[in-house]
Amino acid sequence: MGMTVVEKILARAAGLPSVKVGDVVEPKVDLAMSHENAALVINQFHEVYEGTGLTAKVWDPSRVAIIFDHRVPAESPKTATNQKKIRGFVADHGITKFHDIRGDVGGICHQILPEYGYVRPGFVVVGTDSHTTSHGAMGAFSFGIGATEMASVWSLGIAVNIEVPATIKVVVKGEFPPFVGPKDLILHLIGKLTAQGANYKVLEFHGETIRKMSTSGRIAICNMSVEAGATSGIVPGDAETLRYLREEAGVTDPIPCVTPDLDADYVRTVEIDVSTLVPQIACPHMVDNVKPIGDVAGTRIQQIVIGSCTNGRLDDLAAAADILRGKKVAQGTRMLVFPASSKIFAQALDKGYVHDLMKAGAVVMNSGCGPCLGVHEGALGDHEKALSTTNRNFKGRMGNPTGEVYLCSPVVAAASAITGVITDPRKG
Amino acid sequence: MSKVIIKLGNDISTDDIYPGRFMATVLPTETPQFAFFDRTEFNAQLKAKAFAPGSIIVGGENFGCGSSREQACSTLKGYEVAVIAKSISRIFLQNSINLGLQVVICPGIEASEGDDLEITADQVLNKTTGKAYDQVKLPAARKGIMDAGGLIPYTRARLMAKV
Repeated sequence: MGMTVVEKILARAAGLPSVKVGDVVEPKVDLAMSHENAALVINQFHEVYEGTGLTAKVWDPSRVAIIFDHRVPAESPKTATNQKKIRGFVADHGITKFHDIRGDVGGICHQILPEYGYVRPGFVVVGTDSHTTSHGAMGAFSFGIGATEMASVWSLGIAVNIEVPATIKVVVKGEFPPFVGPKDLILHLIGKLTAQGANYKVLEFHGETIRKMSTSGRIAICNMSVEAGATSGIVPGDAETLRYLREEAGVTDPIPCVTPDLDADYVRTVEIDVSTLVPQIACPHMVDNVKPIGDVAGTRIQQIVIGSCTNGRLDDLAAAADILRGKKVAQGTRMLVFPASSKIFAQALDKGYVHDLMKAGAVVMNSGCGPCLGVHEGALGDHEKALSTTNRNFKGRMGNPTGEVYLCSPVVAAASAITGVITDPRKG
Repeated sequence: MSKVIIKLGNDISTDDIYPGRFMATVLPTETPQFAFFDRTEFNAQLKAKAFAPGSIIVGGENFGCGSSREQACSTLKGYEVAVIAKSISRIFLQNSINLGLQVVICPGIEASEGDDLEITADQVLNKTTGKAYDQVKLPAARKGIMDAGGLIPYTRARLMAKV
Protein backbone atom coordinates (compact mmCIF):
# COMPACT_ATOMS: atom_id res chain seq x y z
CA MET A 1 0.00 0.00 0.00
CA GLY A 2 1.29 3.43 -0.94
CA MET A 3 1.46 6.49 1.28
CA THR A 4 -0.45 9.76 1.41
CA VAL A 5 1.57 12.95 1.22
CA VAL A 6 1.50 13.44 5.00
CA GLU A 7 2.56 9.82 5.59
CA LYS A 8 5.52 10.39 3.26
CA ILE A 9 6.47 13.62 5.01
CA LEU A 10 6.25 12.02 8.46
CA ALA A 11 8.24 8.95 7.38
CA ARG A 12 11.03 11.17 6.06
CA ALA A 13 11.03 13.43 9.13
CA ALA A 14 11.03 10.45 11.51
CA GLY A 15 13.76 8.63 9.58
CA LEU A 16 11.53 5.66 8.74
CA PRO A 17 11.10 3.86 5.40
CA SER A 18 7.32 4.06 5.73
CA VAL A 19 4.55 4.82 8.19
CA LYS A 20 0.83 4.02 8.35
CA VAL A 21 -2.20 5.53 10.07
CA GLY A 22 -2.01 5.17 13.85
CA ASP A 23 1.76 4.67 14.02
CA VAL A 24 3.40 6.76 16.72
CA VAL A 25 6.28 8.80 15.34
CA GLU A 26 8.55 11.60 16.50
CA PRO A 27 9.24 13.75 13.43
CA LYS A 28 12.03 16.29 13.34
CA VAL A 29 10.52 19.76 13.13
CA ASP A 30 11.61 21.89 10.17
CA LEU A 31 9.98 25.08 11.36
CA ALA A 32 8.45 26.10 14.71
CA MET A 33 6.34 29.25 14.58
CA SER A 34 4.86 31.39 17.35
CA HIS A 35 3.34 34.85 17.63
CA GLU A 36 2.77 36.90 20.79
CA ASN A 37 1.89 33.72 22.66
CA ALA A 38 5.64 33.03 22.58
CA ALA A 39 5.44 34.84 25.95
CA LEU A 40 3.79 31.71 27.36
CA VAL A 41 6.08 29.38 25.40
CA ILE A 42 9.11 31.12 26.93
CA ASN A 43 7.63 30.62 30.40
CA GLN A 44 7.01 26.90 29.80
CA PHE A 45 10.40 26.49 28.10
CA HIS A 46 12.20 27.81 31.16
CA GLU A 47 10.13 25.49 33.35
CA VAL A 48 11.34 22.50 31.32
CA TYR A 49 14.93 23.42 32.14
CA GLU A 50 14.26 24.20 35.80
CA GLY A 51 16.38 22.09 38.12
CA THR A 52 18.21 20.32 35.28
CA GLY A 53 21.45 22.27 35.62
CA LEU A 54 21.34 22.69 31.84
CA THR A 55 21.36 26.02 30.05
CA ALA A 56 18.04 26.69 28.33
CA LYS A 57 18.79 26.96 24.61
CA VAL A 58 16.42 26.46 21.67
CA TRP A 59 17.52 23.41 19.70
CA ASP A 60 18.04 25.31 16.43
CA PRO A 61 17.45 29.08 16.36
CA SER A 62 17.32 29.06 12.53
CA ARG A 63 14.20 26.87 12.67
CA VAL A 64 12.28 29.06 15.09
CA ALA A 65 10.05 31.82 13.70
CA ILE A 66 8.36 34.49 15.80
CA ILE A 67 6.00 36.98 14.21
CA PHE A 68 4.07 39.71 16.03
CA ASP A 69 0.58 39.97 14.58
CA HIS A 70 -2.17 39.40 17.13
CA ARG A 71 -1.98 42.78 18.85
CA VAL A 72 0.05 45.16 16.73
CA PRO A 73 0.85 47.79 17.78
CA ALA A 74 0.23 46.77 21.40
CA GLU A 75 -3.21 47.68 22.76
CA SER A 76 -2.13 47.56 26.41
CA PRO A 77 0.96 47.80 28.62
CA LYS A 78 0.57 44.08 29.31
CA THR A 79 0.84 43.15 25.64
CA ALA A 80 3.69 45.62 25.10
CA THR A 81 5.55 44.03 28.01
CA ASN A 82 4.97 40.53 26.61
CA GLN A 83 6.35 41.74 23.27
CA LYS A 84 9.34 43.29 25.02
CA LYS A 85 10.04 40.02 26.83
CA ILE A 86 9.89 38.12 23.52
CA ARG A 87 12.30 40.57 21.84
CA GLY A 88 14.79 39.91 24.63
CA PHE A 89 14.45 36.14 24.15
CA VAL A 90 14.87 36.48 20.38
CA ALA A 91 18.11 38.41 20.88
CA ASP A 92 19.44 36.04 23.56
CA HIS A 93 18.81 32.94 21.45
CA GLY A 94 19.84 34.37 18.07
CA ILE A 95 16.45 33.77 16.44
CA THR A 96 16.67 35.24 12.94
CA LYS A 97 13.17 34.56 11.58
CA PHE A 98 11.73 37.31 13.77
CA HIS A 99 9.23 39.82 12.39
CA ASP A 100 8.62 42.72 14.73
CA ILE A 101 6.00 45.47 14.37
CA ARG A 102 7.27 47.05 11.18
CA GLY A 103 5.94 48.68 8.03
CA ASP A 104 8.45 46.90 5.80
CA VAL A 105 8.71 43.26 6.90
CA GLY A 106 5.84 42.91 9.37
CA GLY A 107 2.61 41.04 8.88
CA ILE A 108 0.45 38.11 9.85
CA CYS A 109 2.39 34.92 10.62
CA HIS A 110 0.45 32.84 8.10
CA GLN A 111 1.42 35.27 5.34
CA ILE A 112 4.99 35.93 6.46
CA LEU A 113 6.01 32.25 6.47
CA PRO A 114 5.20 31.64 2.79
CA GLU A 115 6.14 35.20 1.74
CA TYR A 116 9.73 34.82 2.98
CA GLY A 117 10.09 31.24 1.76
CA TYR A 118 10.36 29.88 5.31
CA VAL A 119 8.05 26.96 4.49
CA ARG A 120 8.90 24.44 1.77
CA PRO A 121 7.11 21.38 0.39
CA GLY A 122 7.72 18.34 2.56
CA PHE A 123 8.43 20.33 5.72
CA VAL A 124 7.02 19.48 9.13
CA VAL A 125 5.77 22.80 10.51
CA VAL A 126 4.27 23.37 13.95
CA GLY A 127 2.81 26.62 15.19
CA THR A 128 1.19 27.85 18.39
CA ASP A 129 -1.83 28.92 16.39
CA SER A 130 -4.66 26.73 15.17
CA HIS A 131 -4.52 28.28 11.68
CA THR A 132 -1.01 26.90 11.19
CA THR A 133 -2.88 24.55 8.84
CA SER A 134 -2.39 27.41 6.32
CA HIS A 135 1.10 26.22 5.38
CA GLY A 136 -0.26 23.03 3.91
CA ALA A 137 -0.73 25.33 0.92
CA MET A 138 3.04 25.09 0.41
CA GLY A 139 2.95 21.27 0.44
CA ALA A 140 4.06 21.05 4.09
CA PHE A 141 2.52 19.05 6.93
CA SER A 142 1.68 21.96 9.16
CA PHE A 143 -0.40 21.86 12.32
CA GLY A 144 -1.33 23.86 15.40
CA ILE A 145 -0.08 23.01 18.89
CA GLY A 146 -0.28 24.53 22.35
CA ALA A 147 2.39 26.62 24.05
CA THR A 148 3.70 23.83 26.29
CA GLU A 149 4.07 21.53 23.30
CA MET A 150 6.05 24.28 21.57
CA ALA A 151 8.29 24.51 24.63
CA SER A 152 8.91 20.79 24.16
CA VAL A 153 9.73 21.33 20.46
CA TRP A 154 12.11 24.19 21.32
CA SER A 155 13.86 21.85 23.78
CA LEU A 156 14.00 18.63 21.76
CA GLY A 157 13.60 19.65 18.09
CA ILE A 158 11.00 16.96 17.57
CA ALA A 159 7.25 16.68 17.98
CA VAL A 160 6.87 13.96 20.59
CA ASN A 161 4.44 11.05 20.31
CA ILE A 162 2.59 12.05 17.15
CA GLU A 163 0.03 9.59 15.82
CA VAL A 164 0.03 9.38 12.03
CA PRO A 165 -3.36 10.87 11.08
CA ALA A 166 -5.83 9.41 8.58
CA THR A 167 -6.34 11.45 5.41
CA ILE A 168 -9.51 12.53 3.62
CA LYS A 169 -8.95 13.11 -0.09
CA VAL A 170 -10.82 16.13 -1.41
CA VAL A 171 -11.08 16.23 -5.21
CA VAL A 172 -12.24 19.54 -6.64
CA LYS A 173 -13.26 19.96 -10.27
CA GLY A 174 -14.90 22.60 -12.43
CA GLU A 175 -14.33 26.28 -13.01
CA PHE A 176 -15.49 28.85 -10.46
CA PRO A 177 -18.41 30.98 -11.73
CA PRO A 178 -17.89 34.77 -11.60
CA PHE A 179 -17.77 36.16 -8.02
CA VAL A 180 -17.27 32.66 -6.55
CA GLY A 181 -13.87 31.45 -5.39
CA PRO A 182 -11.69 29.52 -2.92
CA LYS A 183 -13.38 31.00 0.19
CA ASP A 184 -16.76 29.79 -1.02
CA LEU A 185 -15.26 26.37 -1.72
CA ILE A 186 -13.84 25.96 1.78
CA LEU A 187 -16.99 27.31 3.49
CA HIS A 188 -19.05 24.85 1.43
CA LEU A 189 -16.72 21.99 2.38
CA ILE A 190 -16.86 22.87 6.10
CA GLY A 191 -20.65 22.95 5.94
CA LYS A 192 -20.61 19.54 4.29
CA LEU A 193 -18.08 17.94 6.69
CA THR A 194 -19.29 19.77 9.85
CA ALA A 195 -17.06 21.44 12.45
CA GLN A 196 -15.68 18.12 13.66
CA GLY A 197 -16.00 16.09 10.45
CA ALA A 198 -12.25 16.02 9.93
CA ASN A 199 -11.16 15.94 13.60
CA TYR A 200 -7.75 14.19 13.93
CA LYS A 201 -7.60 13.88 10.12
CA VAL A 202 -5.82 15.57 7.23
CA LEU A 203 -7.58 17.12 4.24
CA GLU A 204 -5.47 16.47 1.12
CA PHE A 205 -6.63 18.62 -1.80
CA HIS A 206 -6.56 17.46 -5.42
CA GLY A 207 -8.25 18.09 -8.74
CA GLU A 208 -8.06 20.45 -11.69
CA THR A 209 -9.54 23.37 -9.72
CA ILE A 210 -6.81 23.12 -7.08
CA ARG A 211 -4.05 22.74 -9.70
CA LYS A 212 -5.19 25.99 -11.34
CA MET A 213 -5.67 27.81 -8.01
CA SER A 214 -3.20 30.51 -6.91
CA THR A 215 -1.14 30.07 -3.74
CA SER A 216 -3.30 32.80 -2.18
CA GLY A 217 -6.45 30.71 -2.73
CA ARG A 218 -4.71 27.57 -1.51
CA ILE A 219 -3.68 29.31 1.70
CA ALA A 220 -7.33 30.31 2.26
CA ILE A 221 -8.58 26.72 1.94
CA CYS A 222 -5.78 25.17 4.03
CA ASN A 223 -6.18 27.96 6.60
CA MET A 224 -9.82 27.07 7.20
CA SER A 225 -9.35 23.28 7.13
CA VAL A 226 -9.06 23.47 10.91
CA GLU A 227 -12.66 24.74 11.03
CA ALA A 228 -13.69 21.22 10.00
CA GLY A 229 -11.47 19.98 12.83
CA ALA A 230 -8.64 18.91 10.52
CA THR A 231 -5.13 18.51 11.91
CA SER A 232 -3.92 19.98 8.64
CA GLY A 233 -4.98 20.78 5.11
CA ILE A 234 -2.45 20.14 2.38
CA VAL A 235 -2.01 20.78 -1.31
CA PRO A 236 0.88 18.58 -2.49
CA GLY A 237 3.62 20.81 -3.91
CA ASP A 238 3.37 21.41 -7.68
CA ALA A 239 4.26 23.90 -10.42
CA GLU A 240 2.35 26.72 -8.70
CA THR A 241 4.17 26.07 -5.40
CA LEU A 242 7.50 26.32 -7.20
CA ARG A 243 6.41 29.44 -9.10
CA TYR A 244 5.36 31.14 -5.86
CA LEU A 245 8.53 30.23 -3.99
CA ARG A 246 10.79 31.26 -6.89
CA GLU A 247 9.02 34.38 -8.16
CA GLU A 248 7.35 35.80 -5.07
CA ALA A 249 9.42 34.49 -2.16
CA GLY A 250 12.72 34.71 -4.05
CA VAL A 251 13.89 31.21 -3.13
CA THR A 252 16.91 30.13 -5.17
CA ASP A 253 17.95 26.79 -3.65
CA PRO A 254 16.51 23.44 -4.83
CA ILE A 255 12.87 22.78 -3.90
CA PRO A 256 12.02 19.08 -3.94
CA CYS A 257 8.26 18.35 -3.87
CA VAL A 258 6.56 15.45 -2.11
CA THR A 259 3.56 13.86 -3.78
CA PRO A 260 1.28 11.03 -2.60
CA ASP A 261 1.49 7.55 -4.07
CA LEU A 262 -1.23 6.62 -6.56
CA ASP A 263 -2.28 3.70 -4.34
CA ALA A 264 -2.30 5.69 -1.10
CA ASP A 265 -4.98 4.76 1.40
CA TYR A 266 -7.61 7.41 2.15
CA VAL A 267 -10.23 7.09 4.85
CA ARG A 268 -12.73 8.89 2.63
CA THR A 269 -12.92 10.74 -0.68
CA VAL A 270 -15.04 13.87 -1.10
CA GLU A 271 -15.73 15.24 -4.58
CA ILE A 272 -16.84 18.79 -5.22
CA ASP A 273 -17.78 20.45 -8.52
CA VAL A 274 -17.42 24.22 -8.11
CA SER A 275 -19.01 25.11 -11.45
CA THR A 276 -22.44 25.32 -9.81
CA LEU A 277 -21.27 26.81 -6.48
CA VAL A 278 -22.87 30.07 -5.29
CA PRO A 279 -21.38 32.53 -2.75
CA GLN A 280 -21.44 30.94 0.72
CA ILE A 281 -21.97 32.55 4.12
CA ALA A 282 -21.08 31.01 7.51
CA CYS A 283 -23.75 32.30 9.86
CA PRO A 284 -23.49 32.93 13.63
CA HIS A 285 -22.20 31.32 15.77
CA MET A 286 -20.53 28.32 14.09
CA VAL A 287 -18.32 28.09 11.03
CA ASP A 288 -20.21 25.02 9.81
CA ASN A 289 -23.51 26.91 9.86
CA VAL A 290 -23.03 27.58 6.14
CA LYS A 291 -25.81 28.84 3.89
CA PRO A 292 -26.04 29.93 0.26
CA ILE A 293 -26.05 33.73 0.15
CA GLY A 294 -29.69 33.89 -0.92
CA ASP A 295 -30.78 32.65 2.51
CA VAL A 296 -29.31 35.63 4.36
CA ALA A 297 -29.16 38.38 1.72
CA GLY A 298 -30.60 41.63 3.05
CA THR A 299 -29.28 41.18 6.60
CA ARG A 300 -28.18 44.62 7.86
CA ILE A 301 -24.45 44.85 8.70
CA GLN A 302 -22.69 47.45 10.86
CA GLN A 303 -19.09 46.35 10.30
CA ILE A 304 -17.40 44.94 7.22
CA VAL A 305 -13.93 43.43 7.67
CA ILE A 306 -11.62 42.48 4.81
CA GLY A 307 -8.31 40.96 5.82
CA SER A 308 -6.79 38.31 8.08
CA CYS A 309 -4.68 35.23 7.46
CA THR A 310 -7.59 33.88 5.42
CA ASN A 311 -8.33 36.71 2.98
CA GLY A 312 -6.01 39.70 3.30
CA ARG A 313 -3.84 39.01 0.24
CA LEU A 314 -3.25 41.15 -2.82
CA ASP A 315 -5.87 39.38 -4.97
CA ASP A 316 -8.41 39.78 -2.16
CA LEU A 317 -7.72 43.52 -1.90
CA ALA A 318 -7.79 43.84 -5.72
CA ALA A 319 -11.19 42.13 -5.88
CA ALA A 320 -12.56 44.46 -3.19
CA ALA A 321 -11.08 47.55 -4.86
CA ASP A 322 -12.58 46.56 -8.22
CA ILE A 323 -16.04 46.49 -6.66
CA LEU A 324 -15.67 49.63 -4.52
CA ARG A 325 -13.87 51.84 -7.05
CA GLY A 326 -15.95 54.96 -7.54
CA LYS A 327 -18.57 53.76 -5.04
CA LYS A 328 -19.19 54.56 -1.36
CA VAL A 329 -19.47 52.48 1.77
CA ALA A 330 -23.08 52.77 3.00
CA GLN A 331 -23.93 55.18 5.81
CA GLY A 332 -24.36 53.27 9.05
CA THR A 333 -21.79 50.69 7.96
CA ARG A 334 -18.08 50.93 8.63
CA MET A 335 -15.50 49.05 6.64
CA LEU A 336 -12.10 47.99 7.98
CA VAL A 337 -9.34 46.59 5.77
CA PHE A 338 -6.28 44.75 7.10
CA PRO A 339 -3.66 43.73 4.51
CA ALA A 340 -2.08 40.39 5.48
CA SER A 341 1.45 41.80 5.41
CA SER A 342 3.33 45.05 5.05
CA LYS A 343 4.59 43.86 1.67
CA ILE A 344 1.04 43.28 0.46
CA PHE A 345 0.08 46.70 1.86
CA ALA A 346 2.88 48.30 -0.17
CA GLN A 347 1.85 46.43 -3.32
CA ALA A 348 -1.77 47.51 -2.79
CA LEU A 349 -0.55 51.11 -2.45
CA ASP A 350 1.46 50.87 -5.68
CA LYS A 351 -1.49 49.44 -7.56
CA GLY A 352 -3.88 52.08 -6.23
CA TYR A 353 -6.13 49.64 -4.33
CA VAL A 354 -5.59 51.41 -1.02
CA HIS A 355 -6.58 54.71 -2.60
CA ASP A 356 -9.71 53.14 -4.14
CA LEU A 357 -10.74 51.61 -0.83
CA MET A 358 -10.09 54.75 1.20
CA LYS A 359 -11.91 56.96 -1.29
CA ALA A 360 -14.90 54.66 -0.93
CA GLY A 361 -14.81 55.23 2.83
CA ALA A 362 -12.96 52.14 4.04
CA VAL A 363 -10.43 52.49 6.86
CA VAL A 364 -7.20 50.77 5.86
CA MET A 365 -5.32 49.60 8.95
CA ASN A 366 -1.81 48.28 9.44
CA SER A 367 -1.42 44.59 8.74
CA GLY A 368 -2.20 42.25 11.59
CA CYS A 369 -4.97 40.07 12.96
CA GLY A 370 -7.14 43.12 13.65
CA PRO A 371 -10.64 42.47 15.01
CA CYS A 372 -10.72 38.78 14.00
CA LEU A 373 -10.16 37.47 17.52
CA GLY A 374 -11.51 40.40 19.47
CA VAL A 375 -8.36 41.30 21.34
CA HIS A 376 -7.39 44.51 19.69
CA GLU A 377 -9.24 47.01 17.49
CA GLY A 378 -12.56 46.89 15.69
CA ALA A 379 -14.73 45.47 18.48
CA LEU A 380 -18.46 45.21 17.86
CA GLY A 381 -21.03 47.20 19.81
CA ASP A 382 -23.84 45.41 21.62
CA HIS A 383 -25.99 43.38 19.20
CA GLU A 384 -24.10 44.63 16.15
CA LYS A 385 -23.53 42.40 13.15
CA ALA A 386 -20.27 42.01 11.23
CA LEU A 387 -19.66 40.54 7.78
CA SER A 388 -16.06 39.44 7.61
CA THR A 389 -13.58 37.61 5.40
CA THR A 390 -11.94 36.15 8.52
CA ASN A 391 -12.20 32.52 9.60
CA ARG A 392 -14.20 32.31 12.84
CA ASN A 393 -17.62 33.49 13.97
CA PHE A 394 -17.87 32.00 17.47
CA LYS A 395 -19.98 33.86 20.02
CA GLY A 396 -17.90 36.74 21.37
CA ARG A 397 -15.25 36.31 18.70
CA MET A 398 -15.14 39.97 17.64
CA GLY A 399 -14.84 41.13 21.23
CA ASN A 400 -18.53 41.28 22.16
CA PRO A 401 -20.60 38.28 23.27
CA THR A 402 -23.79 39.92 22.01
CA GLY A 403 -22.32 40.61 18.57
CA GLU A 404 -22.84 38.38 15.53
CA VAL A 405 -20.26 37.53 12.88
CA TYR A 406 -21.02 36.29 9.36
CA LEU A 407 -18.13 34.95 7.27
CA CYS A 408 -17.79 35.41 3.52
CA SER A 409 -15.46 36.02 0.57
CA PRO A 410 -13.86 39.41 -0.19
CA VAL A 411 -16.22 40.11 -3.12
CA VAL A 412 -19.30 39.50 -0.97
CA ALA A 413 -17.84 41.75 1.76
CA ALA A 414 -17.11 44.53 -0.76
CA ALA A 415 -20.50 44.35 -2.47
CA SER A 416 -22.22 44.39 0.92
CA ALA A 417 -20.22 47.42 2.08
CA ILE A 418 -21.90 49.50 -0.64
CA THR A 419 -25.43 48.50 0.33
CA GLY A 420 -24.98 48.01 4.09
CA VAL A 421 -26.75 44.66 3.87
CA ILE A 422 -25.52 41.18 2.89
CA THR A 423 -25.48 41.44 -0.90
CA ASP A 424 -24.96 38.90 -3.66
CA PRO A 425 -22.13 40.34 -5.80
CA ARG A 426 -23.49 38.52 -8.86
CA LYS A 427 -26.51 40.84 -8.81
CA GLY A 428 -24.49 44.05 -8.43
CA MET B 1 -17.91 10.80 43.38
CA SER B 2 -18.19 14.24 41.80
CA LYS B 3 -20.96 16.65 40.92
CA VAL B 4 -21.81 17.97 37.48
CA ILE B 5 -21.48 21.74 37.86
CA ILE B 6 -22.55 22.72 34.35
CA LYS B 7 -23.94 20.93 31.32
CA LEU B 8 -22.91 22.44 28.00
CA GLY B 9 -23.92 21.79 24.39
CA ASN B 10 -21.94 20.92 21.26
CA ASP B 11 -19.03 22.88 19.76
CA ILE B 12 -17.95 24.73 22.90
CA SER B 13 -15.10 26.85 21.53
CA THR B 14 -11.96 27.96 23.30
CA ASP B 15 -13.28 31.53 22.78
CA ASP B 16 -16.20 30.54 25.02
CA ILE B 17 -13.92 28.91 27.62
CA TYR B 18 -11.35 31.73 27.55
CA PRO B 19 -12.37 34.83 25.54
CA GLY B 20 -9.74 36.21 23.17
CA ARG B 21 -9.67 39.59 24.83
CA PHE B 22 -7.86 38.06 27.82
CA MET B 23 -5.18 36.35 25.77
CA ALA B 24 -2.47 38.77 26.85
CA THR B 25 -2.77 37.03 30.22
CA VAL B 26 -0.71 33.89 29.80
CA LEU B 27 0.52 32.57 33.12
CA PRO B 28 -1.38 29.52 34.46
CA THR B 29 -1.47 31.23 37.86
CA GLU B 30 -3.35 34.19 36.38
CA THR B 31 -5.70 32.65 33.79
CA PRO B 32 -8.35 31.03 36.07
CA GLN B 33 -10.13 34.34 36.79
CA PHE B 34 -11.27 34.51 33.13
CA ALA B 35 -12.73 30.97 32.81
CA PHE B 36 -16.03 31.09 30.88
CA PHE B 37 -15.93 34.85 31.49
CA ASP B 38 -18.97 35.66 29.37
CA ARG B 39 -21.06 33.05 31.22
CA THR B 40 -21.15 35.60 34.03
CA GLU B 41 -22.86 33.53 36.71
CA PHE B 42 -20.72 30.41 36.16
CA ASN B 43 -17.54 32.50 36.15
CA ALA B 44 -18.59 34.09 39.45
CA GLN B 45 -19.26 30.67 41.01
CA LEU B 46 -15.87 29.38 39.87
CA LYS B 47 -14.11 32.42 41.30
CA ALA B 48 -16.03 32.11 44.58
CA LYS B 49 -14.69 28.52 44.82
CA ALA B 50 -18.29 27.29 44.96
CA PHE B 51 -17.21 23.94 43.50
CA ALA B 52 -15.09 21.22 45.06
CA PRO B 53 -11.97 20.09 43.18
CA GLY B 54 -12.86 17.18 40.91
CA SER B 55 -16.22 18.73 39.98
CA ILE B 56 -17.28 18.00 36.43
CA ILE B 57 -18.08 20.05 33.34
CA VAL B 58 -20.14 17.98 30.90
CA GLY B 59 -19.84 18.90 27.22
CA GLY B 60 -21.30 17.60 23.98
CA GLU B 61 -19.52 17.00 20.67
CA ASN B 62 -16.32 18.81 19.62
CA PHE B 63 -15.54 20.32 23.02
CA GLY B 64 -12.71 22.89 22.89
CA CYS B 65 -12.87 23.57 19.16
CA GLY B 66 -11.16 26.59 17.65
CA SER B 67 -8.07 28.42 18.77
CA SER B 68 -5.01 26.59 20.11
CA ARG B 69 -4.83 28.94 23.12
CA GLU B 70 -3.57 26.92 26.04
CA GLN B 71 -5.20 29.35 28.46
CA ALA B 72 -8.46 27.45 27.78
CA CYS B 73 -6.92 24.47 29.60
CA SER B 74 -4.90 26.25 32.27
CA THR B 75 -7.96 28.33 33.21
CA LEU B 76 -9.89 25.12 34.04
CA LYS B 77 -6.88 23.33 35.51
CA GLY B 78 -6.67 26.18 38.01
CA TYR B 79 -9.94 24.98 39.56
CA GLU B 80 -9.02 21.26 39.28
CA VAL B 81 -12.28 20.54 37.49
CA ALA B 82 -12.64 17.66 35.03
CA VAL B 83 -14.21 17.71 31.57
CA ILE B 84 -16.35 14.86 30.25
CA ALA B 85 -17.50 15.32 26.66
CA LYS B 86 -18.93 13.26 23.80
CA SER B 87 -15.91 14.21 21.70
CA ILE B 88 -13.01 16.62 22.13
CA SER B 89 -11.25 18.77 19.54
CA ARG B 90 -7.66 17.69 18.81
CA ILE B 91 -5.63 20.64 20.08
CA PHE B 92 -7.71 21.07 23.25
CA LEU B 93 -7.34 17.37 24.06
CA GLN B 94 -3.60 17.55 23.49
CA ASN B 95 -3.23 20.70 25.60
CA SER B 96 -5.26 19.11 28.41
CA ILE B 97 -3.02 16.06 28.50
CA ASN B 98 0.05 18.28 28.36
CA LEU B 99 -1.11 20.33 31.34
CA GLY B 100 -2.65 17.47 33.32
CA LEU B 101 -6.26 18.67 33.04
CA GLN B 102 -8.48 15.61 33.45
CA VAL B 103 -10.51 15.04 30.26
CA VAL B 104 -12.70 12.06 29.46
CA ILE B 105 -14.20 11.23 26.07
CA CYS B 106 -17.54 9.56 26.63
CA PRO B 107 -19.70 9.49 23.46
CA GLY B 108 -22.89 8.35 25.18
CA ILE B 109 -22.70 10.53 28.27
CA GLU B 110 -26.03 11.72 29.62
CA ALA B 111 -25.96 13.81 32.76
CA SER B 112 -27.66 16.90 34.13
CA GLU B 113 -26.41 19.65 36.35
CA GLY B 114 -26.27 18.36 39.93
CA ASP B 115 -25.90 14.68 39.00
CA ASP B 116 -23.27 12.65 40.86
CA LEU B 117 -20.77 10.95 38.56
CA GLU B 118 -17.96 8.53 39.13
CA ILE B 119 -15.13 8.22 36.61
CA THR B 120 -13.74 4.67 36.61
CA ALA B 121 -10.86 3.29 34.53
CA ASP B 122 -13.01 2.80 31.42
CA GLN B 123 -16.49 4.08 32.23
CA VAL B 124 -18.43 7.01 33.58
CA LEU B 125 -21.12 6.00 36.09
CA ASN B 126 -24.04 8.35 36.63
CA LYS B 127 -24.96 7.55 40.24
CA THR B 128 -28.04 9.78 40.05
CA THR B 129 -29.63 7.94 37.10
CA GLY B 130 -27.95 4.59 37.67
CA LYS B 131 -26.59 4.46 34.10
CA ALA B 132 -23.07 3.61 32.95
CA TYR B 133 -21.33 4.95 29.83
CA ASP B 134 -18.16 3.67 28.14
CA GLN B 135 -15.14 5.94 27.74
CA VAL B 136 -13.10 6.18 24.56
CA LYS B 137 -9.53 5.61 25.60
CA LEU B 138 -7.23 8.58 25.17
CA PRO B 139 -4.62 8.20 22.41
CA ALA B 140 -2.10 5.55 23.48
CA ALA B 141 0.66 7.78 22.17
CA ARG B 142 -0.09 10.18 25.01
CA LYS B 143 0.26 7.70 27.86
CA GLY B 144 3.92 8.51 28.48
CA ILE B 145 3.07 12.17 28.97
CA MET B 146 0.23 11.40 31.35
CA ASP B 147 2.36 8.97 33.32
CA ALA B 148 5.06 11.62 33.68
CA GLY B 149 2.53 14.09 35.07
CA GLY B 150 2.41 16.35 32.03
CA LEU B 151 4.52 17.43 29.09
CA ILE B 152 6.93 19.63 31.07
CA PRO B 153 8.24 16.82 33.32
CA TYR B 154 8.09 14.45 30.33
CA THR B 155 10.22 16.76 28.18
CA ARG B 156 12.59 17.42 31.08
CA ALA B 157 13.17 13.66 31.46
CA ARG B 158 13.74 13.27 27.70
CA LEU B 159 16.18 16.16 27.77
CA MET B 160 18.14 14.70 30.68
CA ALA B 161 18.24 11.29 28.95
CA LYS B 162 19.97 12.95 25.98
CA VAL B 163 22.78 14.43 28.09
